[in-house]
Amino acid sequence: MSTHVRGSSAAVKLIGLEKSFGSVKALDGLTIEIGPGELVALLGPSGCGKTTALRALAGLQNLDRGQIFVDEKDVTYLAPNRRNMGMVFQAYSLFPHMSALENVEYGLTLKAHRTSSDKRSARGKELLDLVGLSTHAKHYPHQLSGGQQQRVALARALAISPQVLLLDEPLSALDAKVRTQLRDEIRRIQLEVGTTTLFVTHDQEEALGIADRVGVMRGGILEQIAIPAELYDRPVSAFVAEFVGLTNPIRGNVADGFIEILGLRVPTLPGSITSGTGVALVRPESLKVEATSEANGKVFSASFLGASCRLTIDLSEDGRVVAQVPSSDAASLGAGANVKVTFRSTPVFVKAPQ
Amino acid sequence: MSSSNQSLGTKTWRRAIILFVTIYLLLPIAAMLDFSTKSLSGKRGLTSWRAIFNQPDLIAAVGISLELALIVIALVFFLVVPTVVWVHLKLPKLRRPIELICLLPLAIPGIVLVVGIASIYRWISIHVTESPLMLAAVYSMLVLPYTYRSLSAALNSVDIHTLAEASRTLGASTYRMLFGVVFPTIRSGVMSGAVIAIALVLGEYTISSILNFSTMQVEISLIGQTDGFIAVAISLASLVFVFLLLVVIPTTVNRKNEVVEVEHS
Repeated sequence: MSTHVRGSSAAVKLIGLEKSFGSVKALDGLTIEIGPGELVALLGPSGCGKTTALRALAGLQNLDRGQIFVDEKDVTYLAPNRRNMGMVFQAYSLFPHMSALENVEYGLTLKAHRTSSDKRSARGKELLDLVGLSTHAKHYPHQLSGGQQQRVALARALAISPQVLLLDEPLSALDAKVRTQLRDEIRRIQLEVGTTTLFVTHDQEEALGIADRVGVMRGGILEQIAIPAELYDRPVSAFVAEFVGLTNPIRGNVADGFIEILGLRVPTLPGSITSGTGVALVRPESLKVEATSEANGKVFSASFLGASCRLTIDLSEDGRVVAQVPSSDAASLGAGANVKVTFRSTPVFVKAPQ
Repeated sequence: MSSSNQSLGTKTWRRAIILFVTIYLLLPIAAMLDFSTKSLSGKRGLTSWRAIFNQPDLIAAVGISLELALIVIALVFFLVVPTVVWVHLKLPKLRRPIELICLLPLAIPGIVLVVGIASIYRWISIHVTESPLMLAAVYSMLVLPYTYRSLSAALNSVDIHTLAEASRTLGASTYRMLFGVVFPTIRSGVMSGAVIAIALVLGEYTISSILNFSTMQVEISLIGQTDGFIAVAISLASLVFVFLLLVVIPTTVNRKNEVVEVEHS
């Protein structure tokens, strides 16, 4: 079946995109390249320009400057209906007067993708099957749950065999359980279909969990784009370090590419400050916690998260930090325990103190 | 136990209220029926009802009113619907001003409106045409608040912007987007707007009477001055007629749509 479903995968280039709304610069020279079949997530706080970038790629947003290429073809000034891109929106967007199957077939009834009615309904059923809703073909949108509606929307977007799939926060209206479920399913389908995909979200867990590469945006530009692990472990700026995952700010002296924290010399990441007093942004799981007599802190509270345990610890010199340790090690680390906190010697990002 | 008692109580109340309202509404109609089947001699019969068809002026006026209703509906379909849709989709900044303008006819009393436009109509009847169909211009203004409201409600009840964008990204031209997605989505709103427009045009008296056009209501009132029995029979007939229109139009439109849906699947 997957050979039927498999769509085209195009390379996408966004070059120097600029767009202002009044005095607000939504895009300030954004440049991204997406490889064929790749899933890139754009992550950032609201107002960072990620949705504007996606809408510009779809042709729903005019640009002030910049160029968009799909497979080396300049589509910057192409109308949205000529771009051959499937899009899933944040808001429920199924046509209310059409059944699920009719929604999926809709694109194939249009001139741009016209298909004979036999092929059309075969394709429609195939895609509903792909999203696991073949039994709901005759249901109308108001008879479907939010998660089901977004699945149908995904099937509808894929039915036209788009060159690029655009996902504009498609999960944000759903409740937590459905969200993770559908997130994994989107990834499965995307891998199966192989369509180049741009996924916009403000949820870091979503972005890190689904994407080949994650781009973090701020103020209309790309702050960093990297595979999830690199983004998490080797942030290039304090913004990325603090936006993706939790960090503990710990002060120390910086010199020669090292910072002294918790009595250790820890290597700093490129982009960190190079001398003077700095603030290391330390991940909770980079902290080692032991119950010993030579304590430098006291556990304030402990919360059990399943496989791991999150400890809030008051350090005698560096204030309050959060550490995440395997639950198996946490038995003796209840609230009130005197502990010694040290650091796994992984490089950290160091920013200037405010 | 108590909840079922309570629901029984509410049910009784509901029935009582519905019964009361039905009596309240039907009593005058029953009285009209009773009155219109009587004559001065006290005999019962359908004389007055038969007489309706011997009123050539009235038949002509009914024709004019129906034509006016059709023209107004056409204006609503071809001017108001596209305008409101376009403003919602493309010019959201104009929504408030347009809404205000569309609501003006509600705020301006009919009589004031007539005084204002009488001179224009005088000019038109001298220089252009005396046809009563010119009333369609005022009427389409009068129905604006109602058609605008029902359209706007239909457009606001769905995220029409996203629907339009979804259909665009799927490859729809502007034409296909409007006729394949936007209009079908707001069909119920368009229909209820049209139905209200028909009811309004067929029931309008003040403006046509003052501007000296003989529409259905004007004729009914004229006849009422000479023969009360016939006038009441006509009123009742027109009431039934409009009621039927209002019931028949939406159901036929819906049925048509069902057929299309069946063909699709």
